[in-house]
Amino acid sequence: MSSSISISRVNRVYTDTDGNTVNALADVSLDIKAGEFISIIGPSGCGKTTLLRLIAGLDKPQSGELSIDERAIKDVSTERGYVFQQGGLFPWLTVEKNIAYGLKARGVFKRNRSKVSDYISLVGLDGFESAYPHQISGGMAQRVAIARALINEPKALLLDEPMGALDSFTRADLQDKLLELWKQKGTTMILVTHDIDEAIYLSDRIVIMTPRPGKISSIVNVDLPRPRHRGGGEFLALRKSILEFFELAQAQPQPEYII
Amino acid sequence: MDNAAALPLKAADTAAGNTKKSVRWGYKHNGFFALKVLLTLSGFIIAIIVNIAFPQKAAVEFKTYTLGIFGLNIDLTINDAYIFVIAVLMLIYGAAGLRAFFDRARRKLYCKNAAFRFAIGIALALWDIGGTKLQWFAQPFFPGPAQVIEAYLADGDYVVQNTLYSLRLYAAGFSCGVLLGVGTGILIGWFPKVYYWVYPVLKITGVVPAVAWMPFALTLLPNSFTAAVFLIVICAWFQIAFLTAQGIQSTPKQTYEAARILGSGQIGLITHVAIPHAMPDIFTGISSANAMAFTTLVMSEMLGQPGGLGYYINQSKVWSAYYKVLAAIVVMAVLFSLINHFIGIIKKRTLRWQEGVLKK
Ligand SMILES: Nc1ncnc2c1ncn2[C@@H]1O[C@H](COP(=O)(O)OP(=O)(O)OP(=O)(O)O)[C@@H](O)[C@H]1O
Ligand SMILES: [Mg+2]
Repeated sequence: MSSSISISRVNRVYTDTDGNTVNALADVSLDIKAGEFISIIGPSGCGKTTLLRLIAGLDKPQSGELSIDERAIKDVSTERGYVFQQGGLFPWLTVEKNIAYGLKARGVFKRNRSKVSDYISLVGLDGFESAYPHQISGGMAQRVAIARALINEPKALLLDEPMGALDSFTRADLQDKLLELWKQKGTTMILVTHDIDEAIYLSDRIVIMTPRPGKISSIVNVDLPRPRHRGGGEFLALRKSILEFFELAQAQPQPEYII
Repeated sequence: MDNAAALPLKAADTAAGNTKKSVRWGYKHNGFFALKVLLTLSGFIIAIIVNIAFPQKAAVEFKTYTLGIFGLNIDLTINDAYIFVIAVLMLIYGAAGLRAFFDRARRKLYCKNAAFRFAIGIALALWDIGGTKLQWFAQPFFPGPAQVIEAYLADGDYVVQNTLYSLRLYAAGFSCGVLLGVGTGILIGWFPKVYYWVYPVLKITGVVPAVAWMPFALTLLPNSFTAAVFLIVICAWFQIAFLTAQGIQSTPKQTYEAARILGSGQIGLITHVAIPHAMPDIFTGISSANAMAFTTLVMSEMLGQPGGLGYYINQSKVWSAYYKVLAAIVVMAVLFSLINHFIGIIKKRTLRWQEGVLKK
């Protein structure tokens, strides 16, 4: 089960308390095929979270349209799972109950009780079922958030830097699990990340964004066969070209820096 | 059976024997702990010795009361009753010490309390000297411990009756107040319209002490019991509503968003996100409202109730029976501490998820 997502000419301007405006997204268009694995990379403040929130239905654009399977996105939906950049767990619920939350909220907990332990194992948190969020590490908390989003079996999963707080071993492990899930269920994946290797390893396409105003400046197709090897020649070549792209973008004079 | 019970002890003994030097001088050390038990008990022993050996200088009448226990009629002077109470305290602390001796987890707390419990014994001894033996303290306002106990012997049933009356008033008023407070607090915190209209009213009326409404309560309500319940309800209601609303409003937006994406509807957001998030504040409200409810309870009993501890105090004062006033105050201290303790237990259970987050 998967969804195609279409974003066309979306603008999102924030006004801060001083009345300054920030052009978080300017004229952003993107078409995501059903079952595609997309990564979004770009420097801090380029509007990655903003874009993800719009797709989730948590926020609305000033202009432009977003649709999923040809239907306009108007509100949040359990069809679109979301993993927040940080936090977002319910501190008063144990790991197990956090993960079971979606089932209970949708009123399907009784029928799917056994799924909870499956998803706990999936993210490797066996033995931590009855721990509270403040008692586990940041990386474990992110894994809880991922399991919690997955248990609803969304058609599209939006992940906002879900592995930022993980060590490289757990991260590689979780990346493989994510791929496995993606292959199994065919969920459309949209992953925001700071890690170029992660983007290349996982995605079909990499969307590169740049800030001020936030826009998509390039889309890289990753035509490497799966399973991919992080040290492969083509892998490294792709990595080099993406890095060069960023250096180029950085090298251009940016008026904001001259103050 | 015997073997099974003895086994862990033996193991502990041999462990202690093998590494004698490793058991440091502290509450884990048996000798140290025994000394702490001795310290706890010695204060009370001193109190008994003082009572028996210190010469009775002041003229105090030691009445004798006959208690019927298990069909036996026991004659007891009020001084015997005082010694009996000390003995009971020693028995309790002695038993607690014995329990902690075997259950090592309890030792630390017991040792911590030892000095204070010793001081209780010394305080009793000094009170006995000042109030009964020499009567240094102004009489009849500050009688000795034996006379305070006399109140229970002379008025036992009546004290119990009044205590139950107070308890009933408190239970009725406070439970209604908590329900109403949490209910309105949720409405204020959740609906901006309710907030706009009700919050300012709450803010202004909330600062008025509940007893100020007494004249209205007494004239408008059918009987004095409902009037007092009403006053307790008011003081719990406003305080708890105030804090509940604050707790609901301070829920992070992202927590709601997470719940909505996972499928929560409006009701779910209230019951499964806003209320759990507000729980710590709700309990802060309950604790502070509780203290105010005690005050209101006693005040309203003193000002027009046909019963209760406050009423008992007032009545005793009329007869200048200050020993009975003190006796009622002791009952209040114990009763209110128990209620606080009970609320504390519920709070700890409910807020288990916060354990270790907050500074103790
Ligand atoms: N609620 C808001 N109010 C005002 N400005 C906002 C708001 N949210 C985002 N912005 C601004 O919009 C821009 C894009 O923010 P966004 O959070 O999308 O960046 P990001 O790419 O996710 O960055 P990061 O990698 O640091 O998470 C930033 O300049 C930010 O200051
Ligand atoms: Mg972000």
